[in-house]
Amino acid sequence: MLGPAHIFGVCGAALVGFGLYGLIASPAPLRKLLAFNLLGSGAFLLFGVAARRGAAAGFPGDPIPQALVITGLVVAFSATGLAVALLVRQFEVSGASTLRSDPPPPADAEA
Amino acid sequence: MTMASLFDLALAAAVLALAWWTISTREAFAAVIDFVAYGLLLALVWVRLGAVDVALTEAAIGGGLTGGLLIGAAARLRATEAAAAAERPGPAVRLIAAVGSALIAAGLVAAVLSLPDPAPTLAPNAAANLAATGVGNPVTAVLMAFRATDTVLEKVVLLLALIGVWSLAADRFWGGRPGPHHQADPNGALAFLARLLSPLGIVIGAYVLWVSADEPGGAFQGGTILAAMWLLVMMAGLTDAPPLRRRWLRLLLIAGPAIFLAVGAAGLWLAGAFLAYPVAWAKPLILLIEVPMMLTVAVTLGLLLAGPPRRLE
Amino acid sequence: MPPVASSVAATTPAGLLLVLVVIVPVVGVLPAFVCGGRWLERITALTIALGAGVAAALALAVLHSDGPLVYLLGGWPPPLGVALRGDGLSAVMIAVTALVVCAVGVFARADFHTPAETDEVRAPFAFWILLLGIWGALNAIFVSGDLFTLYVGLELLTFAAVPLVSLDGRADTLAAALRYLLFALVGSVLYLIGAALLYGAYGTLDILLLSTRVHAEPATLVAAALMTVGLLAKTALFPLHLWLPPAHAGAPAAASAVLSALVVKGSFFIVVRLWFDVMPALPGDAAAQLLAALGAGAILFGNVLALRQERLKLLVAYSTVAQIGYLFLMFPLAFSPAHRQLLGGSALTGGMLQAISHATAKAAMFLAAGLMYAALGHDRITGLAGVGRAVPVSLLAFALGGVALMGVPPGGAYVAKELLLHAADETGQWWWALVLQIGGVLTSSYLFLVLVHALGAAPKPIVLRAPIPLARQVAALALALCSLSLGLIYWRAPLPVPRGIVSNPLTASGLWKVLWPVMGGAVVAILLGRWGDRLPRLTSRDDAVAMIAPARRASVALAGTLERADGAFRQWPLAGLSLLLLAIMFGAAMLAAGG
Repeated sequence: MLGPAHIFGVCGAALVGFGLYGLIASPAPLRKLLAFNLLGSGAFLLFGVAARRGAAAGFPGDPIPQALVITGLVVAFSATGLAVALLVRQFEVSGASTLRSDPPPPADAEA
Repeated sequence: MTMASLFDLALAAAVLALAWWTISTREAFAAVIDFVAYGLLLALVWVRLGAVDVALTEAAIGGGLTGGLLIGAAARLRATEAAAAAERPGPAVRLIAAVGSALIAAGLVAAVLSLPDPAPTLAPNAAANLAATGVGNPVTAVLMAFRATDTVLEKVVLLLALIGVWSLAADRFWGGRPGPHHQADPNGALAFLARLLSPLGIVIGAYVLWVSADEPGGAFQGGTILAAMWLLVMMAGLTDAPPLRRRWLRLLLIAGPAIFLAVGAAGLWLAGAFLAYPVAWAKPLILLIEVPMMLTVAVTLGLLLAGPPRRLE
Repeated sequence: MPPVASSVAATTPAGLLLVLVVIVPVVGVLPAFVCGGRWLERITALTIALGAGVAAALALAVLHSDGPLVYLLGGWPPPLGVALRGDGLSAVMIAVTALVVCAVGVFARADFHTPAETDEVRAPFAFWILLLGIWGALNAIFVSGDLFTLYVGLELLTFAAVPLVSLDGRADTLAAALRYLLFALVGSVLYLIGAALLYGAYGTLDILLLSTRVHAEPATLVAAALMTVGLLAKTALFPLHLWLPPAHAGAPAAASAVLSALVVKGSFFIVVRLWFDVMPALPGDAAAQLLAALGAGAILFGNVLALRQERLKLLVAYSTVAQIGYLFLMFPLAFSPAHRQLLGGSALTGGMLQAISHATAKAAMFLAAGLMYAALGHDRITGLAGVGRAVPVSLLAFALGGVALMGVPPGGAYVAKELLLHAADETGQWWWALVLQIGGVLTSSYLFLVLVHALGAAPKPIVLRAPIPLARQVAALALALCSLSLGLIYWRAPLPVPRGIVSNPLTASGLWKVLWPVMGGAVVAILLGRWGDRLPRLTSRDDAVAMIAPARRASVALAGTLERADGAFRQWPLAGLSLLLLAIMFGAAMLAAGG
């Protein structure tokens, strides 16, 4: 009765919850990026649950959601890559790693 | 409760525990290590869900490459940890965030448990049309034939993300080499590992692509393995990162999407629609697309990890 | 819009244009990337020309066909495959996107040019390729008929837009880009979660098929709430607007124009598709009112904060925050209680007209602001005196763009406002009519402020740091004129403007309708604007100034509370909490309607 689809469906929902909490409560942008990755993997698990429940015609799972997850994993990696590059560059330029919104610079500061 | 359910419950509990530690641990580096372990366990979850292709991709990209990327970031950002800890939101914010996230998660659980039974599925539809695509692995058929558009667009996403990363370079280093110049002891363990593993990895990557027609595998998974081998060889100092202005590098980076689009355009004449394949030629055409795609994916993923150019040639 | 069952099954003739409009920008990226340098600029110019041609052909084809254009990619029909669908909404958005990209292309040639002695430079390389990427992504969003293809297009849009924000490499733009990227990624993931639930419930992600299968049940309600909130985060609707002002103000002028005019419209378009096409009967009135309430908040906060800004680019960015709010007013106005669902009609037409008017006018304003910055070396509003003499065409473009946004005939915004007011009248929702009128007054206020400053005489004549080519100024002016003439186009199906709704502006009552927001705006500007030392000089009567002073003090204090609230909303923790809260509120509202 308690099949993998149910168990990992709840697991995916919980991961979404953890990811959302981490995004708000984590101190540093890198940790928020980790929370985003958790959030994303929770979303992919929900697709996976749909795939498992759609097992039919001799396949162990519905192939469409599986393909969507593979595409999504690559997109999530690109996102992480771009975010890490921004984080590192921000550190190189300003010595800090923060998302805090500072007051706008005075107009003449721009070259 | 069967043994399989018990195993699934234990696996889910372990995954959730690692996820929680990733969020709650104090030090960033520890969080990243937790995340890598989480990714690897998640691959097991995918096997239990019957999605072996996804398990391969999760282990390679989600666990492996993402882990490498985040470890590098955590190491470089170590100096900012103290300041970041000071910015931590207060207990009131954390409490409301916890309540809100729990409510949303509860809503998701209700949604997931209320999904219709028997579940609507496209598996019979895919099975019926599989023969026309020439491949036996249904996931490969979806990625390369039924929903080829998403795959093409995703290649463009990869390329643009890479250009975004490059745009973060300092002006004077534009076109130069990414990453630091790694110099490992040529007789040490890392160099030995690189020399031993890389030819093996290349063969395995090519095999994963070749076999994906009928078994789990694919161009993304194979390309990730190739990227990992390339990174290993670079980190061991056996080769240096190429300068990003090199024409051959740029051609490799566009080979995948360019050939995919060319074959797609040819489909207009040969099979009557963009991205359609004539039934007799479907499998060779898909292979023709997948090989350059694997190379492009390998180079792109490797360069995404290497980052923007930091050195002149 | 009632689903047309036959359009699932077959590719229509001229459907290939749908493919071309997405592929042309993408195919332009590939050789441009390989060649780099000056070849990249030539290839990009050629691609822009070709893409504009395809967009025009597509608009004409949609106009002449009596149903949407359809293309089945790979020959596979949904639900297995992906279909592209181009209806009136798609055609209009694609046409405006092509127009703005062409103007930006002309404008940016001077800013992003590879000098003769070098092979390849970072900023031009990145700018042109990212511009093509944004264009391809937007076209993919406008024609895609599948929710997951929309997701990939949305991610492509974000990855192409974020590096434009930090193109100059300064610390504050890097922080703005990072905030934009992370918040946009959260939005995409929430959208993806919704898509997963919809697939699990209905077995397809095709928009047309979903519209026939969707009905109110827990999975669908949760999906709708999460997808909507995720898309609102990407569209920067108040209170989720934390990333927009610094990102749009910090980007180079050409990039700001594209970001404000086009990029935010992409996620907005998906909200429209979701609410009007996929699940028109699902959200219900309460959720639609909530959406418009957020829009009203955006209008209030955005406009007041725009008025209080010191820098011109930030003023224009906050104006975008407000104008995005306008776009969401159409949702409750399109809700038909009789059918208990959202219907396309004058409200939808009004909203889409507002979207394209804003796109052209805001692009013109950002381009003009960039030119004025280039002329003066700064963009302090109180220091704009003399710019009218130095770069008159740019100031004219800025003024006309602002006037178009205000809702002056024959601009598109005027027709949009009339349509929305008519819908408010018909459905008896007088409170949204009130919001529209207040918004009109507030929009004219900051334009009044900028123009009074800019038309003043400079203490000494301005010496231009570099000559400003006329072509760049004309590009901005052309966009502003486009926005102003959108009301003149005879809009028929697919975006019909019924006759008799738009009142004749040349009558006394029509003229009064146009004039009173302008006068109201002047009053608000005098009360709230930063005048520097200019206000006492406007009038030589000391008693007039003395009368205004206490009123000004009170208004500025009031505005100060709004500024502090905005500052709080734009910190990450509070914005994140708002995101969670809104998701729960939307879920509850939709549940109340569906149950």
